[in-house]
Amino acid sequence: MSAVAEAADDPRTWMSRVRAPRGLVIAAMAVCLVMVGPLAYLVLRASEADATSWDLILRMRTVWLIARTVGLATAVTLASIVIGVPLAWLTVRTDLPGRRIWAVLVSLPLVIPSYVGAFALLAAFGPRGMLQQVLEGPLGVERLPDISGFPGAFIALTCFTYPYVFLLVAAAMKGLDPGLEDVARSLSANRWTTFRRVTLPSLRPSIAAGALLVALYALHDFGAVSLMRFPAFTQAIYLQYKGAFDRTPAAILSLMLVALAMLVLALEQRARGRARFYRSGMGTSRPLPPVSLGRWKWPSLLFCGSVTLVALAGPVAVIAFWLVRGMLAGRDVSLALGPAGGSILASSAAAVVAVIAAAPIARLAARHQSPLVRNVERLSYTGYALPGIVAALAFVFFAANFTPWLYQSLPLLVVAYVVLFLPQASEPLRSSFLQMGPRVEEAGRALGQSRLRVYRSIVAPLVARGAMAGGALVFLTSMKELPATLLLRPTGFDTLATSVWSGAAVGLYSEAAAPALLLILICALPLYLLVRRIEVERIEVRAE
Amino acid sequence: MRAGISVRAAAMAVLVVGLGGCADNASGRATGAIEGAGSVTVYSGREEEFIGPLFEQFEEESGIELEVRYGDSAEFAATILEEGDSSPADVFVSQDAGSLGAVAAAGLFAPIDDEILERVDERFRSSEGLWVGASGRARVAAYNTDTLRDEDLPDSILGFTGPGWKGRIGLPPTNSSFQAFVAGMIATEGEEPTRSFLEDLVANDPKLYEDNSSTVRGIAAGEIEVGFVNHYYIYEVAAEDGDIPVANHFFSGGDPGALVNAAGAGILATAQNPAGATELLDYLTAEEGQAYFAEETWEYPVVDGYEPKEDLVPLTEIESPDVDLSDLGGTLDPALKLLAEVGLL
Repeated sequence: MSAVAEAADDPRTWMSRVRAPRGLVIAAMAVCLVMVGPLAYLVLRASEADATSWDLILRMRTVWLIARTVGLATAVTLASIVIGVPLAWLTVRTDLPGRRIWAVLVSLPLVIPSYVGAFALLAAFGPRGMLQQVLEGPLGVERLPDISGFPGAFIALTCFTYPYVFLLVAAAMKGLDPGLEDVARSLSANRWTTFRRVTLPSLRPSIAAGALLVALYALHDFGAVSLMRFPAFTQAIYLQYKGAFDRTPAAILSLMLVALAMLVLALEQRARGRARFYRSGMGTSRPLPPVSLGRWKWPSLLFCGSVTLVALAGPVAVIAFWLVRGMLAGRDVSLALGPAGGSILASSAAAVVAVIAAAPIARLAARHQSPLVRNVERLSYTGYALPGIVAALAFVFFAANFTPWLYQSLPLLVVAYVVLFLPQASEPLRSSFLQMGPRVEEAGRALGQSRLRVYRSIVAPLVARGAMAGGALVFLTSMKELPATLLLRPTGFDTLATSVWSGAAVGLYSEAAAPALLLILICALPLYLLVRRIEVERIEVRAE
Repeated sequence: MRAGISVRAAAMAVLVVGLGGCADNASGRATGAIEGAGSVTVYSGREEEFIGPLFEQFEEESGIELEVRYGDSAEFAATILEEGDSSPADVFVSQDAGSLGAVAAAGLFAPIDDEILERVDERFRSSEGLWVGASGRARVAAYNTDTLRDEDLPDSILGFTGPGWKGRIGLPPTNSSFQAFVAGMIATEGEEPTRSFLEDLVANDPKLYEDNSSTVRGIAAGEIEVGFVNHYYIYEVAAEDGDIPVANHFFSGGDPGALVNAAGAGILATAQNPAGATELLDYLTAEEGQAYFAEETWEYPVVDGYEPKEDLVPLTEIESPDVDLSDLGGTLDPALKLLAEVGLL
């Protein structure tokens, strides 16, 4: 048992002692009703199954595909933790030179769409890729090992998803109470023991939350695995739609994917642990002086540098190369400002709506572990568990047939983004609620304030960091969303992702390059603000 | 906290602008519906880069406004199936006959005027008159001209199963044209011969690519010497990358490797503007459309009297195997199963 947990009264007691406020439960259930839309659609389609569709699914191949996909998701999740947690510690808690810039650089791969990133990785590190051509002259290397298959899928997915772990853990580290570490150190625990017994356990919920986002992403991703030609479970789903035009087996396979995601979610709910993560002592928390890296400075820089090189600089260089080559060949390269506006509009609306929609669920999940709450929380993950095309077709079905006035409109696209990415908002929010602790609200209420007033004046500012992080994640992920955007956007409404697609689909990489670079550039700004905002807070606190 | 406030203000500003945008959008749609007796909504599975100019040309000449949504052919087929009777689309333009066949099989296409249908080579239209081809694309073996000459290549795709081709072949197994070729081969040769062909091919250790154009790029880069693709990709890649040492090898008459597939269009049974939709199909299969596909997208015209680009083997000389293109979508599952069993998927 960790020091944190030992210091707490039994959390099961306080979790069940307070009944969930009815307003919150109703709000959460209303959100959940929209979130389960895709699930309802899948059940409807699956109910049309006959013997042949079951025959299709009960092949050994399906079992084999599930095993492979689970293997890939596990490997990607573990690697993301191994990369993300040290990066968070280095950029938050140490005197790493240029750590604020590193924080932005190592978060940026998040904004590279996995289909673009995988393509660029192949072009850069393929058997006869750019790296090989560089090496051929001086070293006579004729061919590099082929990365496609498992290694390629593993590298691509890890590169473009570890930032989930990094961002959530970095945010949690900033909110940690340094007093705990002081206590541990004063009890003559060394630095490693302190990290292992005190810091790491307090970070457990954020590591678990980041890992969950990574694992579910790896399970539902289609772009990277198909480019890397790794036969994953989503490929079976896509082949049913694209090859056989049969929606029923696709629906049954998708339901299996949802079931898999629920299993992962249950694991995460266990991994969160029962410990509490808020301060119970008196006074304000105080920032710790950064840990001096000493002789570890250079290896640490090398680590940050290599991650940035493979996950960010490599793909960006390849995309820039395509752009320059196209321009030299006299291709008309447009700046794609219209699509950029479309992307920003739809994604920022999705971010705001997602944070608002996630708040009741996150608050309930942090405080009340009733079966009802647990199920509401799990169901809110169904959209995120599905490949974009499946969720998009669910929206096509419902909107075209029941709300035609909403079909192919911007509001529907925004709702679709929210359904697809809500967990990215609710996970950081939940972590914030957990760190805040229940006493704060109780105190406000005890002083005679209304619940609404307590939320507005006390809770909202305290969970603002989680809300910002969640909103930013939803924004960034919506910016690069492709399959649902293609099917649900208003006619003539282009985003940067659809512009990348329309160039890449015809093999015109130069046409795809400009919007891809613009996408990365635009996303860098909110990431920078996110990182800086936390920095600013630290400095202000220190100045007190 | 200042940074936080400015971020919040920015978010609010974006939201306000966004809601304004929604309102604009909604009113735009509404007026479009009132005035838009003349507009035709098109779901285009063919890319804007290639078909957009033709659509613009049609708008100018006919005065009919097109509302074009671009996307993937098979995804649009799935979309139309989900929309059912509520589809806002008038016309579905598709890259491949399989997607058109799937929509036709669901009873969601209206019959096309005989006048338009009868222009088009029988091979490239629905036997029930529910969709019509607008251009043809031939399966070929593209090869590297630095290492191979045309006469080095076999007359039949079955010739690539010999040991001499080990490690020299590439193909895109997830590509729908490749899968249609396998489905066609099952239809003409039967499942067992197709399986043994694929197994022999796999024994030759083919390099697998994500799509046609990267297969052609693989040939140009010397990763492989021969790749199984559609005939026009060498021109597309050359347009982007400059001159490449790649040429097309056509298989001889009736060979399963010589399948010619069609890209085409159909009119939705629920079309709001069937007259405008018919005009568009007329245009695609008339002189303007046929000339455009021959010159701009390097495809085969499918109407008598129009010639493809000069260095292409004329369509009349390619005896494609006797396959009903409409059915390729429906019979694709055995092909996918086979590809999976031999380890190509």
